[in-house]
Amino acid sequence: MNYVIPVLLILLFSYSLIKKEDNYSSFVNGAQKSLTLIFDIFANIVAIFILIELFKVSGISDFLYKYISPVFKLIGIPKELCELIVLKPFSGSGSLALLSNIFNTYGVDSYIGRCASVIVASSETVFYVTSVYFSKTKVKNLSYAIPLALFVTILSSVFACLFCKIL
Amino acid sequence: MNKIFSFIFILSISIMLFTSPNNILNVIFSATEKAVTLSISLISIYAFWLGILEICEKTGLNKKLANFLSPIIDKFFDKPNLETKKQIAINISSNMLGMGNAATPSGIKGMQGLDPGNGNITKAMILFMLLNTSSIQIFPTTIIGLRITHLSTNATSIVLPTIFASILSTSLGILLLFLIEKLKKKGKKK
Repeated sequence: MNYVIPVLLILLFSYSLIKKEDNYSSFVNGAQKSLTLIFDIFANIVAIFILIELFKVSGISDFLYKYISPVFKLIGIPKELCELIVLKPFSGSGSLALLSNIFNTYGVDSYIGRCASVIVASSETVFYVTSVYFSKTKVKNLSYAIPLALFVTILSSVFACLFCKIL
Repeated sequence: MNKIFSFIFILSISIMLFTSPNNILNVIFSATEKAVTLSISLISIYAFWLGILEICEKTGLNKKLANFLSPIIDKFFDKPNLETKKQIAINISSNMLGMGNAATPSGIKGMQGLDPGNGNITKAMILFMLLNTSSIQIFPTTIIGLRITHLSTNATSIVLPTIFASILSTSLGILLLFLIEKLKKKGKKK
């Protein structure tokens, strides 16, 4: 697995050289775009982070977990993963931080550790993606987009725990 | 988005007025600091991957990929124009390679291209968003890396469960989406 991306990079650069393209200029031109991109989505990132931190520190999240964990238990999700599953739609970096925490507390190769890995890997942060991807459109009403995405995220978490058990 | 943002904002600050009012601004600014730190990391990650993608673009690989995926994209995304098709193709392949962050630029452009501009959301846009939120990662490179740094003896053992879980949930999501759209059409005919 470690070899795939490096090999692909070598292939790309070589192919491009064969086609007589200028790798350096192309790379620099492309890299330049990262600044404009981040400047565009920066405000969205700020809003999301404020949301997450307030959510956590105010205690709303703890309150939610007390009621959610029995429900999660019914669909096969261990209660230790509640916080991760609730945080996941809000924050990718937060989820990675939590994941690291879970590795340290329960062991990286334990059932909990593996479930947590799959949960984080099998879906993206719904609110961040929604906020950023629609930032340059004129859409005002997102209809059922967010509920559907949230539902699929929970589905993938259930499947994650299931497949970690049998695989 | 506005409802969620406003609701959580008002509710959490109201609660904190009683529990720890002095902390409120601290929390907010710690959040903005984290946002800036993340943004700087993102600039670094995107600088590399966007540079690579530009090289891909110059070699015409993007066009070849878009042509390859074209029939599928036409069917599911209501025949977008070529440029949007290219962006959708890049976005899907970036996600598959676990480069979720690099998929963002093409995701934004793709979504822009799908936007009819009248303030309403289309089925194609919802589908596109769904594909990005329940991503099908074939190489979850970041997670594997994190497991390795935590001394896992079996870091890649999560690859198969990830592929299965994400394919299954994404497919179910797509089915649900088409179901909802069909129901909406039936509702309109009445």
